[in-house]
Amino acid sequence: MESMNVLNSKYEPVIGLEIHAQMNTASKAFCGCSTDFHSSPNTNICPVCLGYPGALPALNEMLVDSILKMGIATSCRVREESIFARKNYFYPDLTKGYQITQFETPICHGGFLKINLKNNETKKIGITRIHMEEDAGKSIHDFHDDSSLIDFNRCGVPLIEIVSEPDMNSVDEATRFLQKIKQTLVYLEINDGNMEEGSLRCDANISVRIKGDKKLGTRTEIKNLNSFKNVSDAVSAEIKRQISLIESGEKVSYNTMTYNAKDKKTTATRSKEEAHDYRYFPEPDLVKVKVTKEKIENIKSILPELPEQKVMRYVTEFKLPSADAEEISHDKDFAGYFERVVSELKLKNENNYRTAGNILRTDVRKVLNDRKISISEFTVSAKVLAGLAESVTSGSISASASREVFNEILFGNTDDEQIKILENSLKKYSQVSDTGKIESLVKKILEENPEEVKRYKIGEKKLAGFFVGKIMQESKGKANPKIVNELLIKNLED
Amino acid sequence: MNSTPKSFSEINSGLNSRSLTCVKLVNSYLENIQSQKDLNVFINLFEEDALKRAVEIDGRLKAGTAGKLAGMVISVKDVISVKDKPLTCASKILSGYNASYNATVIDRLLEEDAIIIGKTNCDEFAMGSSNENSFYGPVKNPVDKTRVPGGSSGASAVSVASDMCLLSLGSETGGSIRQPASYCGITGLKMTYGRLSRYGLVAFASSFDSIGIFGNNSSDIAVLLEVIAGIDKMDSTSSNEPVKNYSAILKNNIDPAKVKIGYAKEYFEEGLDSDIKNGILLQLDKLKKEGFEIREISLPHSRYVIQTYYILTSAEASSNLSRYDGVRYGYRSQNSSSLEEMYINTRSEGFGEEVKRRIMLGTYVLSAGYYDAYYRKAQKVRRLIMNDFENAFKEVDFIVSPTTPTTAFKLGEKVDDPLSMYLNDIYTASVNLAGIPAISIPAGKDRNNLPFGLQIMGKKFDEAGLLAMWNEIKY
Ligand SMILES: [Zn+2]
Repeated sequence: MESMNVLNSKYEPVIGLEIHAQMNTASKAFCGCSTDFHSSPNTNICPVCLGYPGALPALNEMLVDSILKMGIATSCRVREESIFARKNYFYPDLTKGYQITQFETPICHGGFLKINLKNNETKKIGITRIHMEEDAGKSIHDFHDDSSLIDFNRCGVPLIEIVSEPDMNSVDEATRFLQKIKQTLVYLEINDGNMEEGSLRCDANISVRIKGDKKLGTRTEIKNLNSFKNVSDAVSAEIKRQISLIESGEKVSYNTMTYNAKDKKTTATRSKEEAHDYRYFPEPDLVKVKVTKEKIENIKSILPELPEQKVMRYVTEFKLPSADAEEISHDKDFAGYFERVVSELKLKNENNYRTAGNILRTDVRKVLNDRKISISEFTVSAKVLAGLAESVTSGSISASASREVFNEILFGNTDDEQIKILENSLKKYSQVSDTGKIESLVKKILEENPEEVKRYKIGEKKLAGFFVGKIMQESKGKANPKIVNELLIKNLED
Repeated sequence: MNSTPKSFSEINSGLNSRSLTCVKLVNSYLENIQSQKDLNVFINLFEEDALKRAVEIDGRLKAGTAGKLAGMVISVKDVISVKDKPLTCASKILSGYNASYNATVIDRLLEEDAIIIGKTNCDEFAMGSSNENSFYGPVKNPVDKTRVPGGSSGASAVSVASDMCLLSLGSETGGSIRQPASYCGITGLKMTYGRLSRYGLVAFASSFDSIGIFGNNSSDIAVLLEVIAGIDKMDSTSSNEPVKNYSAILKNNIDPAKVKIGYAKEYFEEGLDSDIKNGILLQLDKLKKEGFEIREISLPHSRYVIQTYYILTSAEASSNLSRYDGVRYGYRSQNSSSLEEMYINTRSEGFGEEVKRRIMLGTYVLSAGYYDAYYRKAQKVRRLIMNDFENAFKEVDFIVSPTTPTTAFKLGEKVDDPLSMYLNDIYTASVNLAGIPAISIPAGKDRNNLPFGLQIMGKKFDEAGLLAMWNEIKY
């Protein structure tokens, strides 16, 4: 077989994603139970989500608002009327024997999102549909040997499913798209973006074809990918598997796959023939979901700023380089911190904005990475950071000294402590860093006292103390005596 | 047997004059239940609770703080959820299940001091026309104990017909109140779809199901309806149409000159017993003599009613009944070695034959490859049947027909002939397809002295009109 590199340029993968995102509404999709993720098992339950005889679902309007935000943010068309459907299958954590979802009439459809590619180009990825559905409970199989446990807290938690067009042609594009979906959800404040806790899950549809072919190859679907790493590893493993099959003269068959992160392999779990017949039909317990034009306008008017809009604003308002703007706004909370720093600046000017941005992108980012914490857990106040940025811009400390100051500020536990550390260390580092200033002071004092210089040069070394005194007086005590000494000796000796 | 008051107003005057107490009343009903045990009416009798409540309500009556329904003793079909009581749906599969909440209608009637005397037998999950499909045994018709009372709310009808309570809450999916009312010689009202909250009514076919009432006279039903009707946030399909003051409306007599009554020729064709046909035509004649305008109308899609009804209700039922899987409550088959086996054994052992037949039929019509030919097509026909009624009600105010093609048949007679059993619904199921209200009123007796009913169908939310028309039908 040819090397994978050669094959990669011969074949083109075609990838589509189905992303399930948990909506962070306070209550479940069809009952009043809390969606709190951290509650003890089987405490957020009621007759409705447990599927007790006679109980009926009632739609949580907040779910409609949430999905409309996503639909509008991704330029989808919104159906004035859509219906729910039942997806029928048996599983112990599915209390009613069916999942309430949307089938033939998803509320949002026909939208897109733009992703940035490596080469700084952008690519439009189509969004086929976004619909509402409910989550199932959680089965726990490894607690007892002879029985399984079920936690129904998650049962009925609202989800939206975002289905993309098969518009991605590399693993990189797929992960960038997923990243963009996550970013958009988090910006809209409808999902916490936490893949580890399962609030964002992804299925990937993959096929490969010879580059230039118009016809799509047979696709497979990898289910339940729950981290970015899993998505990228699983998709590349599956692309490799399909290429190898085709290269060895075999055919790819339509299968549902699972990905095993241990051996980095995808394996078939279900063939098309074994596929479930979900017997979808309109959910008769719920009425049509009606969305008025006024409602759409209303949602539009309360839509938070989206990533692209933020980047644009940072470039135009703060005059940040667009790469810096992208980097800062990648994470909404991080951008929020940046904006708080900006608002604390005494002098609102481009230089201060840019310096603040630089400190955030480098020093703050490094702390977050090293400590594996999020910006919300970062303890330095925006006010202190603004002070630091201004000291750098004004030239009272150097850029390199700013890192030292920053590191010292990190030791401060309270705002007041941090401010004190900042003030003290500014003093300290402005002495050390300002060798130029000290040198000119030294030169000035030597020029003003030519007699004493002559006497020093012929051996009256104790006059050094006289010069130091004069220099310190001139610098109002701020000059670092050690540097003054060094520079004085240097200037007297040559 | 005790003779018990036949109307709520009679009860009220007894309570007011202190010649009657709730305790006395409940005791009389309990004695009647006891003396007619062979009818097999109750799955669960709330003897102690009912008496305890009667004492409390008697106290409130003395204090002048009793609710509107104080003195009203009601039986409830065992497909409606009453908190802390077993809810069986007459099925083995719900063995051991105790309801954890009240249906909305139950909450509302308890709030106004009605007394629930017990849960009545019925066809399993309300599927049937004879009340023979019950895990708790068949119910007998008090008119002739060798005959069925009709179904599925058979025992609810019997409880009213046999003075075991004043009123009964039943449920309908395709005639399950009107048909037993007809067979037992009493009146049953099926409400407009959405008029009463379905929250707590165990679903058979969600887009058809509605709770209904059996009673002895229009004003009793009016009083109860005023209390339990109205929108409910727990049921999205409940209507926000304002609840009428039915009692006040009933005080005014109908002016026959202002009322047009239609009869559909499709409801008087082949298969209708001649005694019933003559009886209904006689009633139409009487109405004409009283000054009502009688007009022939057409419901052209009537011959598709049964097929459409069984396809759609079975489809919904197959999904609605999926929750009975042995995992969380009710019956679970022991000795299964895998999850799938547990499902199969539980559901095979827990459900009766008729329920399984409908689950299979419903699963089939929803299956890939058959959905369009059956389910989707049936939905379209349902629309056409609705249109038939909409058009008819542009011409007339009410439509009169027989309730059933025959009078009560013998126990066991049709058990092995589901198709002929299904034909019992031929005049009633169209009403559920269209979501309109209808009432079955006693209209005569056949050559064997068995009662039959006259059905009046009305415009959506015209329950008041149907109750008023009841007062015009005398035989
Ligand atoms: Zn709940």
